[in-house]
Amino acid sequence: MNSFSNIIFYILTFLSVYVQVFFLITFFEKKNKILVRKGSIDLDEYHGVTVIVPCYNEAQTIQGTISSLLDLDYPKDKLNLIIVDDGSRDNTWEVIKEFEKYPNVKVLHKENGGKYTALNLGLKYTETPFVGCLDSDSFVDSQALKRIMTYFLDKDTMAVAPSVVVDKPKNILQGAQKAEYDMAIYNKKMLAFLGGIHVTPGPFSIFRKKVFEDLGPYRHAHNTEDQEIALRMQKNHYKIEHCPDAYVYTIAPNSVKKLYRQRLRWIYGFIRNVIDYRKLLFRKEYGTVAFFTLPSGIISVLSVIFLFGMVISNIIHFILKKIAQINTVGINHTTSQSLNFDFFFFDTKAIFFVSIILYTSVVVALLLGRRMLEGKIRFSFDILYFMIIYSVLAPFWLLKAIFNALRSRESSWTLEREVKIAKKQNATTI
Amino acid sequence: MQQQSDWKRYVIVFFITLALFLTAIYLSDYFGNKKVAELKSIQDNISIDILSSETQFSLLSELSCKNVSDSVLAGELADLGHKLEWGEKNIDSSGELTYLRKYYSLLEIKDYILMKKVSARCGKKAAFILYFYTTAANCSECENESLVLSTLRDKYPELRVYSFDYTTDLSAVKAMLDIYKIQDTKLPALVIDDNLLTGFQTIDTVEARIKQSFKLQTPKPATTTKKTTN
Repeated sequence: MNSFSNIIFYILTFLSVYVQVFFLITFFEKKNKILVRKGSIDLDEYHGVTVIVPCYNEAQTIQGTISSLLDLDYPKDKLNLIIVDDGSRDNTWEVIKEFEKYPNVKVLHKENGGKYTALNLGLKYTETPFVGCLDSDSFVDSQALKRIMTYFLDKDTMAVAPSVVVDKPKNILQGAQKAEYDMAIYNKKMLAFLGGIHVTPGPFSIFRKKVFEDLGPYRHAHNTEDQEIALRMQKNHYKIEHCPDAYVYTIAPNSVKKLYRQRLRWIYGFIRNVIDYRKLLFRKEYGTVAFFTLPSGIISVLSVIFLFGMVISNIIHFILKKIAQINTVGINHTTSQSLNFDFFFFDTKAIFFVSIILYTSVVVALLLGRRMLEGKIRFSFDILYFMIIYSVLAPFWLLKAIFNALRSRESSWTLEREVKIAKKQNATTI
Repeated sequence: MQQQSDWKRYVIVFFITLALFLTAIYLSDYFGNKKVAELKSIQDNISIDILSSETQFSLLSELSCKNVSDSVLAGELADLGHKLEWGEKNIDSSGELTYLRKYYSLLEIKDYILMKKVSARCGKKAAFILYFYTTAANCSECENESLVLSTLRDKYPELRVYSFDYTTDLSAVKAMLDIYKIQDTKLPALVIDDNLLTGFQTIDTVEARIKQSFKLQTPKPATTTKKTTN
């Protein structure tokens, strides 16, 4: 049993290190192509862009979000904002109504139907060749849109994702998320180089309107419509770019409960979307998404769960051993052994070195992301918080997400059966 | 063209990852060998100490007992045993360690014989336990007995415990098994003052036996041993 779990451990670690090396090789190959601009730039041509802001009970933050959009360094007559209140129960509607006075702002109200329905309503009113969205808990940097629009000079580029940065972390949990988001900037850019982006994040991804005209509007997609649209685009060979110097600041969840809920939704959405788009997996025509992005996502889910299982089983083993020890020789004698440490007993099995390689590769990814963001490599406690907090918490939302994915699949299957039975009964009555 | 370069990347990354893993395995092997070398060196030192004490004992047998030192401190041999046991579980070079285990068993027997002689002739306070266990089967009672013995060893510095793995393929160990009629079905087994105890023995039982053993060696019955508390 032990050697079997060791083999699984080695396979999963090998694949996890493989993912990191893959990114690193791409980085060294393409690092001269990473464009990070300082200050304002001028475009030869300014295309019309509509930004849709769906909001639900966001009275506290929506003002800042809209103001940041109004402050964008982009010609006002080329920038339209559509704010959609998705049936908020607080005073969001009153707050957004205040912005109606701006000629390029349209405010809409609808019955609550979920984020994707608010986005689709906004899409109906979009008349510009480019359209994007901005989550109502995020703020854009004034240069973000101009920088994103430079990527559309390439006629094949159909969507551009920005760099999402955690806005002013105030506690350890937000600090840990900042480190994670910094790493995601690096990962996303590398995926963009290889054409393998699988999420166009809710905060300020810009699309050619043609994407929605060709492929249809947003879908419910298990509450992760930003993953689904990206996968739909990949399925249709639409190119997605990443603009590392287009910064969007987002307010990260400030409590474990909120973070848990957010990640549960993301991971659940990822699992369900992978199931929905399983035909992409390992198909040559879909390139990096098929062979790298989706498989590496699956590997990371499995690895975290496996590691968690291993740690739990080690802890249980340790506790049982301690109990046996106390039962045999009494509590007074059980503590003395650990006091004299000898280097001889330091574990130098291959597993130890392999783990060091894996952790180092994650830290390197994080530092490279930070270098892309801040222009320099900077160590901080955030990295440590990220490693510790995510090691402890991630297994819980991952396990729950898998559990939910399995359960809802079963229930939808049952539902399908029920529908069939109902149809049969109808047929007989007719 | 693009797809070809993609394949190249997948293959190159595979070999780099493989190289990293081989480095990890190499490092593990390197430190494992260093530890085996450390064990060897400790054993060599202990071996010299025993040999030296034996020689000293023969030379000075007619003279004063004051000059005879303990061949090896009980803790030293126990510490080596502890490291050896840990190494057998955690270092992947079983061949070397099997050899070291045999060597260790031999040193234990030599130390046992010598210290018994020293104790008998010079009237030194000492207690000896021969402990037989097995690593062949999953013997949880053996693990508990080891715990009991190491606890008692910490408590009584004069106690010398000699542990023997039943499966050790060494004629000297086999001779010990024959002498004390140890059977693999009745492990763990303890020999205290030539009495055989089979199965798990609680800390109280063994401690009582040790105290008894100390008493036997005390020349004047009037002398009382200090009462010990658990």
